[in-house]
Amino acid sequence: MTKILVDGVETEVPGEYTLLQACEAGGAEIPRFCYHERLSIAGNCRMCLIEVKIGGRAGPKPVASCAQQIKDLPPSKDDILPELVTKSPAVKKAREGVMEFLLINHPLDCPVCDQGGECDLQDQSMAYGRPGSRFEENKRAVEEKYMGPLIKTEMNRCIQCTRCIRFISEVAGVEDIGAAGRGEDMEITTYLEASVGSELSGNVVDLCPVGALTSKPYAFHARPWELKKTESVDVMDALGSNIRVDSRGPEVMRVLPRVNEEINEEWISDKTRHVVDGLKRQRLDKPYARKGGSLMPVTWDEALTIAGEKLSSDSSRIGVIAGDLVCAESLKASLDLLNALGIQNRDCRQDGSILGGGAREGYLFNSTIAGIEKADALLLVGVNPRTEAPILNARIRKAWLRGGLDRVALIGAPADLTYPYQHLGMGADALGRIANGSPFLDVLKNAKRPAIILGQSALNRPDSAAILAAAGSIAAASNMVRGGDDAWNGFNVLHNAAGRVAGLDLGFLPGAGGKDTNAILAAAQSGAMDTILLLAADEIDAAKFGSAFVIYVGSHGDAGASRADLVLPGAAYTEKDATWVNTEGRVQYGQRAVFPKGDAREDWAIFRALSQRMGRALPYDNLQALRAKMIADHPTFGGVDYAPGAHNAGGFDPSSFGKAGSVSQDAFMPAINNFYFTNPIARASRIMAECSRAAQGAGQIMRAAE
Amino acid sequence: MPILEDKDRIFTNLYGLQDWGLEGAKKRGNWNGTRDMIGFGRDWIIDQMKASGLRGRGGAGFPTGLKWSFMPKEVKDRPHYLVVNADESEPGTCKDRDILRNDPHLLIEGCLIASFAMRANACYVYLRGEYINERHNLEAAVKQAYEAKLIGKDNIHGWDFDLYVHHGAGAYICGEETALLESLEGKKGQPRLKPPFPANTGLYGCPTTVNNVESIAVAPEILRRGAAWFAGFGRPNNTGTKVFCISGHVNRPCNVEEVMSIPLKQLIEDHAGGIRGGWDNLKAVIPGGSSVPMITAEQCETALMDFDALKELKSGLGTAAMIVMDKSTDVVRAIARISYFYRHESCGQCTPCREGTGWMWRVLERMARGEAEHREIDLLLDVAGQVEGHTICALGDAAAWPVQGLIRHFRHEIEDRINLYRANKPHVAGASIDAVAAE
Repeated sequence: MTKILVDGVETEVPGEYTLLQACEAGGAEIPRFCYHERLSIAGNCRMCLIEVKIGGRAGPKPVASCAQQIKDLPPSKDDILPELVTKSPAVKKAREGVMEFLLINHPLDCPVCDQGGECDLQDQSMAYGRPGSRFEENKRAVEEKYMGPLIKTEMNRCIQCTRCIRFISEVAGVEDIGAAGRGEDMEITTYLEASVGSELSGNVVDLCPVGALTSKPYAFHARPWELKKTESVDVMDALGSNIRVDSRGPEVMRVLPRVNEEINEEWISDKTRHVVDGLKRQRLDKPYARKGGSLMPVTWDEALTIAGEKLSSDSSRIGVIAGDLVCAESLKASLDLLNALGIQNRDCRQDGSILGGGAREGYLFNSTIAGIEKADALLLVGVNPRTEAPILNARIRKAWLRGGLDRVALIGAPADLTYPYQHLGMGADALGRIANGSPFLDVLKNAKRPAIILGQSALNRPDSAAILAAAGSIAAASNMVRGGDDAWNGFNVLHNAAGRVAGLDLGFLPGAGGKDTNAILAAAQSGAMDTILLLAADEIDAAKFGSAFVIYVGSHGDAGASRADLVLPGAAYTEKDATWVNTEGRVQYGQRAVFPKGDAREDWAIFRALSQRMGRALPYDNLQALRAKMIADHPTFGGVDYAPGAHNAGGFDPSSFGKAGSVSQDAFMPAINNFYFTNPIARASRIMAECSRAAQGAGQIMRAAE
Repeated sequence: MPILEDKDRIFTNLYGLQDWGLEGAKKRGNWNGTRDMIGFGRDWIIDQMKASGLRGRGGAGFPTGLKWSFMPKEVKDRPHYLVVNADESEPGTCKDRDILRNDPHLLIEGCLIASFAMRANACYVYLRGEYINERHNLEAAVKQAYEAKLIGKDNIHGWDFDLYVHHGAGAYICGEETALLESLEGKKGQPRLKPPFPANTGLYGCPTTVNNVESIAVAPEILRRGAAWFAGFGRPNNTGTKVFCISGHVNRPCNVEEVMSIPLKQLIEDHAGGIRGGWDNLKAVIPGGSSVPMITAEQCETALMDFDALKELKSGLGTAAMIVMDKSTDVVRAIARISYFYRHESCGQCTPCREGTGWMWRVLERMARGEAEHREIDLLLDVAGQVEGHTICALGDAAAWPVQGLIRHFRHEIEDRINLYRANKPHVAGASIDAVAAE
């Protein structure tokens, strides 16, 4: 710790602090444009200039406070502490000067700029700028750029802070944005006007301190002060990124990230951010029943009657499959009803995964998302973190960039993960070789914090039990899971479904003698299932339901609803207060931003009504009571925002996992073929379709004749 | 009469009258006793350089011996590098050019000695993009030195040393030492933030010293003849000999090696054949390359060409490239052209320089025509002050100083120009009633 003065007030700060951080620790506000906590330091906007007094005397030049560390200050003279001066006339003049320079070529088109109201340049020019302009020349005009379907450019407004360049090359890990030209003519651009090839590209819109990069889908739709802001949780992947849902009236206008250091820092993926137009399309807004071959609108009363009849028949001929976007409350309410009805054929794993039952650590991301940065050797098995969890991938890249994580290996389909890795093979046999002592086992053994990430494509195969056993034995052999003072649990399962962990926690799994997903579908095809209830399960081929009567509960008219014989409209994730458990086992609450569409109801309420109709009323009639029951039955739901991590690592034996057996040579298939189309909401989104097209067209040059 | 006698010249082939190759160089005493100098050890070399009082010849005038002593005292996990800045692009300056093409072996010998003193086994010469002939001669000289085992692995001097000539692409900003390093690494030439300084984190993150061509090329001769010999020229703190470039309105523009602190008037009269039309026809001189403020004819009467004397005149020695302007010169136009140069060469990284250089140039262009307001003179001065000292590198200062020099000494010319422009245009706001009446 070093003692310094900030505007005359004595402050003690660590030597690694930059002068800017030290000033803030001392209570002084420093304006800035290019500086960002999570990016490298560029020092180019010059807005953060301050005076540094050594021995009571200021140097001849002001200093860029973002670019210098406290420990690099000259030693203090004459027993006078070094002083950082932020309020002197010289500093005021310097800030006014920089502000004026930034504004001379800035168009000042605030009335038609989407950044208006949340613009750093606007705010800081009010606080630190001159009252008027002295510039009488023509302003610079910059040619428009194309950056893809998500980023709208208005490059006249650009102040060349280079935050976007640094984000894309450092965090996103693609070298797609750069600066061309020099001096006044320096322009930020994508190379050859291509769209930005990253799943994190939307974050540059948040980073841009001015209106140069704005959100293309949101362009001219709303002003920030018109929006109602609701803090919620994302469901596009299983990370549970923290988001803010901005809505106006019944419409969700946009989604922005919220800071959560444990999960998403302050980034979100493009799917999380731009899926919102999918909330307006293909919505199920009233109950439907199939009459004469086509779905016809019916009243709730009629719909519940039909559902009640179907579900009260022979319970062994009824199957229930829950999908990926189902919240814990819906799962709990439906499960309580199924138990009351004695329906044992039920599964929350629509992809046929084998996880579930046993210790909770067996299906969680135990190192935690933030904790993966501490790993020093990493084995990826049947997983592509870049498409399955882009934010997690950025964390892994960050660890690699810092130099702590330099040994990564992948088993599965090779892909550009934005960091180098050793490719050990396509199929599970490569995992078996490691378990039997191939060189990478030694890498893991020699690592202080080895980790493994098992993807879903490794867990829904015929040989998944053996894969799990092999992974468990590798974990055991490399001391990957250990308690005590140096507790560490590097055994990780990466889920792709936001509702999956909650389902496993609640035990939404086949009951005594019950069938799992594959068995239910096999039975349906052989005619042994009369009724199948789908809780927003849309990833199953419609042909597999055979001739069963399908009841679909969900929010979007996707594969499930179009096959269904009865549709009960539910609420999407922005339309309900809901509990989500992410892949780490972290319980988080999402909040309702807007109401469900039309006659749609929150899913748990549908089951509550159905239970009443069937004469087996569930013991709760509001959300609080439901949550209380859920916590009472499953105490883990009481620990909000708590990820167990290595807490119980001492009592967890990975070698007891799965069933030892021979693993096949079949290659791991990518769990996600198209990042932009992974769920019904995304498939309903026009923006996601555009992104998908842009991503697939990347690298192809369009010619006029085509 | 010239002050410097021929026997004391370091660059004895500055005009290319003799063979620039190895044989000619050896005849002139190059490569003589190099092994002995290395034999005396690093501390001796650096002490001699310090005692000689040599200040960097690239413009900033930082003591060379002191700079060498900043390098780490032993090579640890990172190799050391010497980088020679031959990206001579300052308008008016062409001293390194003559050294590179006519005395390249002095530079190569200097590189070897400096590299030895700083424990560097590799040296890069970053050559200006436009210097094609110079590159040819330098590369040929390097080849000769390799073949004669003067440098390279297992050379006769006992210090493994490789020299690489890197040809730049012609950007002025790459003459800034950290932008030069970026460019050398293959990146866009943009200055780095300092600290960390190159002596700690330079080329490829390794300890690096960047020196001007002339600073390195004079080193062997200083060591051969002794620090006291070199320190005997010039005034204290401004010692040694220096190559001056004299261009502009003189009868014989030339490069000439002279002693530091030579009176400016004597330099022009003795070596450049005097001002075109006589001394009284002198209007102003930019004494140190385009980036320093100009000084007036009256100041030129007594000015000495060294760092401290010119600093007292609120100008600077810079690269010692004098741009002489006689009374026919339109100084406003001249500074507007210089301003255009800095606008064009700004890298665009930091705000004040990126935006300020263009603003200053546009205002000056109008002022050169007289299409300006009187109040804009103060505005221009204020803008120059907002650029100066607020940027990452010194290009911001270099762009501001000429403008400040112009307004300091020739404000009346700008005012006259504005008045003249208005005189016959009654519709211009502020045009005088007299002018209208006269029409």
